[in-house]
Amino acid sequence: MKILVCISHVPDTTSKINFTDGDSKFDSNGVQFVINPYDEFVLTRAMWFKEKQGASVTVVSVGTSSTEPTLRKALAIGADEAIRINAEATDGYFVAKQLAEVAKNGNYDLILAGRESIDYNGGMVPGMLAAILDFNFVNACIGLEVEGDNATVIREIDGGKETLSTSLPLVIGGQKGVVEEKDLRIPNMRGIMMARKKPLNIVEPISFEATTESKSFEKPEAKGAVKLIDADNVGELVDLLHNEAKVI
Amino acid sequence: MSVLVYAESSEGKFKKIAFEAVSYGKKVAELLGTNLSVLTINAENTSTLSDYGAEKIIKVNNEKLSNFNAKAYADVIKQGAEKENADIIIIDSSNDGIYLAPLLAVNLEAGYASNVVEAPSSVSPFTVKRKAFSNKAFDNTEIKTARKLIGLAKNSFGLVENKTSATEEDFTPALAEGDFNITSTSIDKAKGKVTIADADIVVSGGRGLKGPENWGMIEELADVLGAATACSKPVSDLGWRPHSEHVGQTGKPVAANLYIAIGISGAIQHLAGINSSKVKVVINTDPEAPFFKAADYGIVGDAFEVVPKLIEKLKEFKAQNA
Repeated sequence: MKILVCISHVPDTTSKINFTDGDSKFDSNGVQFVINPYDEFVLTRAMWFKEKQGASVTVVSVGTSSTEPTLRKALAIGADEAIRINAEATDGYFVAKQLAEVAKNGNYDLILAGRESIDYNGGMVPGMLAAILDFNFVNACIGLEVEGDNATVIREIDGGKETLSTSLPLVIGGQKGVVEEKDLRIPNMRGIMMARKKPLNIVEPISFEATTESKSFEKPEAKGAVKLIDADNVGELVDLLHNEAKVI
Repeated sequence: MSVLVYAESSEGKFKKIAFEAVSYGKKVAELLGTNLSVLTINAENTSTLSDYGAEKIIKVNNEKLSNFNAKAYADVIKQGAEKENADIIIIDSSNDGIYLAPLLAVNLEAGYASNVVEAPSSVSPFTVKRKAFSNKAFDNTEIKTARKLIGLAKNSFGLVENKTSATEEDFTPALAEGDFNITSTSIDKAKGKVTIADADIVVSGGRGLKGPENWGMIEELADVLGAATACSKPVSDLGWRPHSEHVGQTGKPVAANLYIAIGISGAIQHLAGINSSKVKVVINTDPEAPFFKAADYGIVGDAFEVVPKLIEKLKEFKAQNA
């Protein structure tokens, strides 16, 4: 089985989010970038398929050379090779088009991606990629087994879960549950050394016009200070929620 | 040209998010000076859609669509959009909505903006405000394609009543065999419980509750409020509560009217997931807990004393307002 894992290079969760150029660009100054947490879950699942079922694992990202440390980290975790599509990730449709090209050329059976990235939160790349390739697609995946060409996938639904039966080729939009948090891997020294020797191929993007454009960013309005209520006067909270906040 | 909303239903009934999407669609149609069509799949009692501004209701009824299937549903909505000559298509942000939307975007070659929170600030260029950076910022996005797909964030635009007289018609889209390459083998859904996705109020517990045996009061509080129960990440990692209750960045997003956090310190990952909630209440013994900076109302105190009192006061309140 050939697996392609799509990796998004995103600001660490705890980063301060600021903008520059008249609030038109994300300010990456001093920001630490990491593998998108949703992608980490599916990457770990890919490692499981590699170890238990002999799958080969390629990681791919759309981005400039600044994304390479993130790809190296994925190699250190255990991916066999990496591909960087040399372009600014302008919008989800653009990214999906680029990934589809790599997927077609590499004949992958299973494409894994996080359900969404924690920066733009578009949640569109896995589904678009599947639609472009005409592969089967399951989103919000919290469980995945593959036997031959058949896949059993569990997805989260509102208020529960649904088990689906489908076949390869398949694209997965995954999240926590596809593996557990405790199973996530931190690269060890041997992995880091080996990653240096693994191939990281750079491919040029195909021509495709982005369908959307971020024109400007803004931060939520500063919130007023918390209104503290005395622990001996809980009734006041009920009053406030009813009369002031009007939520009960 | 027209605007098309897909109004999601579950077991034939519309959810609140369907009416919210229709309310939003009406607003967009007004801004563009055009009409609003609403497409339904296997829904009963479609007349309620005209309360929120639907002018034309397109009803698809097909046994094969009784279970949600993203590809088939996207195919149906695409055909509806083409039939209505719709340039703007609006979908809600339920698990099913965000599953089918990217498929639909590619089918229609439409630019897609998800997590949209407001009516377009401009229709030419077509610009919408969407949530980004895990609720830490908004992104004003221009959709540049002729056809545009909008994913409306839950509990953002709200319900706007707008009684219209709607025409209804039946529509029979062509379904391809390839639409059904994924089959549902089982659905496991809690019965009779308010789900986090549907809840107006969410009551959430953290490690401050000391153990799973203390969740009775959380459930009782949720029960009094008609709320869903949730928990912080450590609590689900410790196995005190099921993963399905974990809210936060890598868990479920919450965009409720009221979010009550009990014994939750308010790590940045937790706040990222719940920040879209309108009103936040924190109950915590530690006045330095970061959640106090994010909350609207707070009580510094021991949950084991405060929560039972709160339940009692809410019961009194309910009895008076019944």
